[in-house]
Amino acid sequence: MDERRIKELAAEIRLETLRVIHSRGFGHVGGSMDLADVMAVLYGAVMEYDPKQPRWEDRDWLVMSKGHAGPVAYATFGLMGYYPKEEAYTLNQPHTKFPSHMDRKLTPGVDLTTGSLGQGASTAVGAALGNKIDGRKSRVYAILGDGELDEGEIWEAFHFAYAHKLDNLLFFVDKNGYQLDGPTDDILAHSDIAAKCAAFGLYTQEIDGHDVTAIYEAIQNAQSKKGVPSCIVLDTIKGKGATFAEPKREHSSQPKEEQWAEALAAAEQALETIRKA
Amino acid sequence: MDVKVIGKHEKDARACRDALALTLDELMAQDKRICYVDCDLMSCVNTKRLREHYPERAFEAGIAEGNAAGVAAGLAATGKKVFFHSFGTFSSRRCYDQIYMSAAYAGLTVHVLGSDAGVSAAFNGGTHMPLEDGAMYLSIPESTVLDPADYAQLESITRQLPGIEHGVTYTRFVRKGVIQVYEDGSTFEIGKGVVLHESAADQATVIASGILVDEALKAWEALAAEGIAVRVIDMFTWKPLDEDLVEKAARETGAIVTAENHNVTCGLGSVVANCLARRCPTVQEFVGVQDRFGQVGPQDFLMDEYGLRTADIICAVKRVIARK
Ligand SMILES: Cc1ncc(C[n+]2csc(CCOP(=O)(O)OP(=O)(O)O)c2C)c(N)n1
Repeated sequence: MDERRIKELAAEIRLETLRVIHSRGFGHVGGSMDLADVMAVLYGAVMEYDPKQPRWEDRDWLVMSKGHAGPVAYATFGLMGYYPKEEAYTLNQPHTKFPSHMDRKLTPGVDLTTGSLGQGASTAVGAALGNKIDGRKSRVYAILGDGELDEGEIWEAFHFAYAHKLDNLLFFVDKNGYQLDGPTDDILAHSDIAAKCAAFGLYTQEIDGHDVTAIYEAIQNAQSKKGVPSCIVLDTIKGKGATFAEPKREHSSQPKEEQWAEALAAAEQALETIRKA
Repeated sequence: MDVKVIGKHEKDARACRDALALTLDELMAQDKRICYVDCDLMSCVNTKRLREHYPERAFEAGIAEGNAAGVAAGLAATGKKVFFHSFGTFSSRRCYDQIYMSAAYAGLTVHVLGSDAGVSAAFNGGTHMPLEDGAMYLSIPESTVLDPADYAQLESITRQLPGIEHGVTYTRFVRKGVIQVYEDGSTFEIGKGVVLHESAADQATVIASGILVDEALKAWEALAAEGIAVRVIDMFTWKPLDEDLVEKAARETGAIVTAENHNVTCGLGSVVANCLARRCPTVQEFVGVQDRFGQVGPQDFLMDEYGLRTADIICAVKRVIARK
């Protein structure tokens, strides 16, 4: 992996995610921005896909189970050439192809529809199973929120994935420590998330979710394990890189125009810094 | 029942959710048996205050609606009066079997609250837009199903809910940005429709609920200006339906239009049609979402898109009169 290029891509995704949400003025900034690094690694260095044929049979799949992170995916798909990136600046406008929550019938690049938390874990299992039955090499990557782990369905999906030895399936848990009403520990405290995932039989690693090299290596490591599904717990900061959202770990944000200007400038600056390095 | 209509068609500066949150806060102080269970959406309906004021009786169950509904049923079994909230999609579809079996079938009362009724889910889009939540609760035996129009009505309903100790109840409501139909202090009786306009010359009756009540009142004005008299009823209780009132309207006006922020295949229009088929077969037109999925966008756009406007009610009234 070209670390510099992937860091640059992550910075591009952050800037673009902000632009997408800014086009509407408000939205799920926090849980989108913190995924820029993993999206950069997946789409820049790991996944097989063809932007010109989004439903190419042998592609790798992404299931954004925390479906409210649509904007970071729309930004990524735009940058990777699924559509001109400006198209996503219609976020949540009437008849848009880019709704708050991800929709496989509307947006090129979206493999499964999500929005009701918990359900993407199961549909990801089904997709991994189907690809296995057909003997495809395709892998399925599913991104879950730590709040989302409250749903019992997640654990049912883990159980099934383990029982069916789905080694073509990799779950990420975006462990940012926050959900909608506040800190995860205050809403419904988990015990050790990685230990729980491991106890369900997933090959589990926990890493810094903003370190692209660590993410890449963890994915390689997971893919070398045969006969078990994997899980990578990403320690992240909700709102990472959005100046108005990061300090308070905001879930959804509706900043003033000057706060937007400041955030966009900071994201541009961050990108420039990496480009010059 | 003591109802005063404002008639200005202006948005309430207050958020409708506060009718629920502030009233529950007051009720919980008076009645220690009341408990509240939420699924990581307290901030959306301003009920964090309940957890602050009554930490031993107001709970965050996390994003786990099925479990939360079961917990609510278990609390009810110990004699608690339990309110349970999530967005309407999740407090219906995501926990239906638990509500059906562990609560309703087991003879336990849980007061289910579903916020973001119908198209008011707006920017959260189709995945969050409950257009069938009413249907799901209508189909549970012994249930009560409510679709309030505004702040005053939601407040009045909230005050009555703890008194219902039989069957599950479901209240679908809009969080904010609602037209204020009734003056504060208006009181309503669950199970009784509210006649808002009535005359001997009425040629049809519009039976509406929720955010369609104000559209129905505007339709009444426009039709009156054209010389067409119609009766208007706010039927905020879908179940048990005020069948006597429906039958009377059918007999006296001979034509019915129903108007709802819900799929017309299985909501207010359907329960009214069911009643009419048994008691007084009458021509009927259905204003509401015509068997479609939800989608994302501003609420105003969605109301146009799904035909939930004054103009849609006016057209339906003219159609139904022509069919008499
Ligand atoms: C079944 C379900 N219940 C509730 C919601 C509303 N909701 C959307 S995002 C969210 C919080 C998600 O927290 P987490 O999974 O930790 O995501 P992140 O913090 O990474 O954004 C909630 C409760 C939903 N989308 N689906």
